[in-house]
Amino acid sequence: MSDHHHKETFVTKYIFSQDHKMISKQFLVTGMFMGIIGVFMSMLFRMQIAWPEKSFSIFEAFLGPHQTDGIMNPDIYLALVTIHGTIMVFFVLTAGLSGTFSNLLIPLQIGARDMASGFLNMISYWLFFVSSVIMVISLFVEAGPASAGWTIYPPLSALPQAIPGSGAGMTLWLVSMAIFIASSLIGSLNYIVTVLNLRTKGMKMTRLPLTMWAFFVTAIIGVVSFPVLLSAALLLIFDRSFGTSFYLSDIFISGEVLHYQGGSPVLFEHLFWFLGHPEVYIVLLPALGITSEIISTHSRKPIFGYRAMIGSILAIAFLSTIVWGHHMFISGMNPFLGSVFTFTTLLIAIPSAVKAFNYITTLWKGNLQLNPAMLFSIGLVSTFVTGGLTGLVLGDSALDINIHDTYFVVAHFHLVMGVSAIFGMYAGVYHWFPKMYGRMMNKTLGYWHFWITIVCAYGVFWPMHFIGLAGLPRRYYTNTNFPMFDDLLQINVVITIFALIGGIAQIIFIANFFISIYRGQKATQNPWNSNTLEWTTPVEHIHGNWPGKIPEVHRWPYDYSKRVDPNDDDSDYLHGKDFVLQTTPLLKDEEVS
Amino acid sequence: MLALFYIFIGIAIGVSFWQITRIMNLRGVIATDEDNAKQGKYSLVFMAFLYAMMIYCLIFMNVLMLPESASIEGEHDDNLFNITFWLIGIVQFTMQFIIFYFTFKYKGNKDRKAKFYADSHKLELIWTITPAIVLAFLIGYGLWQWNDVMDLSEDKDAIVIEVYSQQFRWDARYAGEDNTLGFGNVNYIKGINTLGVDMSDQNSQDDKQVTELYLPKGRKIHFKFRSQDVLHSAYMPHFRAQMNCVPGMVTEFGFTPKYTTEEMRLNPEVIDKTNGINKIRQAKGEEPYEFDYLLLCNKICGASHYNMQMKITVVEQDEYDKWIAKQPTLASVIK
Repeated sequence: MSDHHHKETFVTKYIFSQDHKMISKQFLVTGMFMGIIGVFMSMLFRMQIAWPEKSFSIFEAFLGPHQTDGIMNPDIYLALVTIHGTIMVFFVLTAGLSGTFSNLLIPLQIGARDMASGFLNMISYWLFFVSSVIMVISLFVEAGPASAGWTIYPPLSALPQAIPGSGAGMTLWLVSMAIFIASSLIGSLNYIVTVLNLRTKGMKMTRLPLTMWAFFVTAIIGVVSFPVLLSAALLLIFDRSFGTSFYLSDIFISGEVLHYQGGSPVLFEHLFWFLGHPEVYIVLLPALGITSEIISTHSRKPIFGYRAMIGSILAIAFLSTIVWGHHMFISGMNPFLGSVFTFTTLLIAIPSAVKAFNYITTLWKGNLQLNPAMLFSIGLVSTFVTGGLTGLVLGDSALDINIHDTYFVVAHFHLVMGVSAIFGMYAGVYHWFPKMYGRMMNKTLGYWHFWITIVCAYGVFWPMHFIGLAGLPRRYYTNTNFPMFDDLLQINVVITIFALIGGIAQIIFIANFFISIYRGQKATQNPWNSNTLEWTTPVEHIHGNWPGKIPEVHRWPYDYSKRVDPNDDDSDYLHGKDFVLQTTPLLKDEEVS
Repeated sequence: MLALFYIFIGIAIGVSFWQITRIMNLRGVIATDEDNAKQGKYSLVFMAFLYAMMIYCLIFMNVLMLPESASIEGEHDDNLFNITFWLIGIVQFTMQFIIFYFTFKYKGNKDRKAKFYADSHKLELIWTITPAIVLAFLIGYGLWQWNDVMDLSEDKDAIVIEVYSQQFRWDARYAGEDNTLGFGNVNYIKGINTLGVDMSDQNSQDDKQVTELYLPKGRKIHFKFRSQDVLHSAYMPHFRAQMNCVPGMVTEFGFTPKYTTEEMRLNPEVIDKTNGINKIRQAKGEEPYEFDYLLLCNKICGASHYNMQMKITVVEQDEYDKWIAKQPTLASVIK
């Protein structure tokens, strides 16, 4: 394939590229751009929570008509919260994370020239781009962007009389998400087909790096659950624009009874969370896959319990599709369903615990190379544990009654899927930057970036659990109307200060990223002494990835520090180095892990 | 002042760019033994920060928490919560220690050789089965409590109260002498019949509409929730109670108040929290705060979501009887 090089113009190479490496860069940069918007929004609404009566010129500058004399309006507060959630969950952590690394790594790590369909891959990116543009445009709608929460529960999201953001802003939100889902589905199908069909000779499923398993299973979850969100969105569009009553019934608003009869918002909640919960794992599994790879490589040790890791990915994927009801314990659904969902939800703790323990055992007696990528992976394990443990509280329906929709929930999911997934994404960027751009990122800035970020992440989200336990509901524009929350204000101020520092510190990463693209030190072919196939390709990108034949695979990807005699730690390294490429043939009597 | 602020920001950006380009020129890209040693130490320092913060929050934020459950059903909630919290607390403190200590202990250098250790069935079995056993207990206790709270069938004696939500206020309707609520639907909303009660229904006649909840201590209350426009959620944190209000359907929840408002004000936890709040309010020159039970909206419902509340007063039975007798029936109000 590599020999029929057609002439490439600027447009086919950089814009409408069908090369998976270029598409992955496009996903990453678009995701980063959306991420900047999302994080900036969170900084704005954190300022509002901490200093509710203060006037800020930054509000005047950015919120236009949605502020009065530098004081934020309640409607735009809800809009900021909504769009922050939407952008971070879908545009940054789904497309930005999964899109970037699935595209970059799937062909490279399984030994393929490109994705199964380069054309569909390009379409997937451009649909994502269009949906991002529409989402950004929706921010400038006169009545304000969608503001019914990222979960857009009707009737609030269906009735412009209920909140101004449910007018044109909500329409654009729905259109943007519909296109986004199409993009995600096309991408996922492509990933699945590629992993199943295009593996190089010798690359059995049980020799795939764990990143591949994670991306593969993530794509399957996406294909199973995203269409349900699409149908939920379509029915909502019908209710909003064509007068149907799927979700609406018996509503009296602005002095009149609406015609809707017989629908139920609970139906929407079911449909939404049927995607919404698997979405958590669509976000998280790629990050965990990246972490598996990086922790093993930089510990110079095989990942502990490779098969158990695959098993737990599969178990998490399966369970993730039958736990959605834990978001709805108090939605008014039958309490018996609550019992079922409590049971399935708490089961997820088992495979998650297995993963966490396996990461820690991988660190044990390792030779840890503490590069920024490795630190972010360790940080991920830490936040994943912290956030995962509070899931035991929330998943228990009896306990959820009292902390549902409080800041305890906000703290929990930000740690377990927000911060963890972002850490996975950063780890991936630091680790595979040389593969993407042929240059290295600066480590000193990487260290600064990591330590400031993790301190701020914990500074923001650890105290947040406690204001939740004090009963503070989320999505309150200000807490000043409740004297019982007066003593929480100081904590909110501290949280906001951490959030602002943490947010601004991301500039270090952005600067490091863009300067390194042009001025970073030139990368060598295999800078981290890694085993996987992507490091056998030349540093300069070529169409088709490998100049000659695609290499053949002979072993699993985690033969780090393997000894001549595997049971004797004092014996010499196999092949004299602490890593053995997957392309190295097995010795005659070598033990296979 | 503003100009100074902008100048400051300008300088800060300039300095950080200068610093970043300076660091970029150092060109270090892969961790050396020296870096490993340094980062290993930082991981210990970070661990100290993390532990200090975790412990600080656990101890000093205790006073800010909700006081003990004010409903009988909530006692087991508190109990289950404490068990779960101790459990995850222990796991959290152990795991975080191991993670950052290992990062320090096994930091790489040229002389170290990593152990080739890819598998151990025994270990994996241990950490599959241990969480499974612990979870079986948590699930069992949790489900028992859940079924106990959600089961409203056997309380014939319970007082039936409708809690009615709309943008952005709460109302309540007591079922009256017959303890049965009259039928309600948005189509009946007219004039002062703001809850849309069907006045041709015999059960409606003795219903009583109020703007504040009065509950007798020690009696089971059976709440029925309705919403007029969008989703709301009736959140009564002190009673460990919450239920969404859904337009088009009636949702239910029940609990038995355990302490009157007066008794709760004498609870040492409440006194501590109230004192803390009043210190802050005094410094700002605001009226002192007195403890009251509240019902808050806890489902995003629009611009004034943050200010949708209703006072709940728990009193002794005889005081409740006096209060409810004074409330006019719907039949006498809506003619």
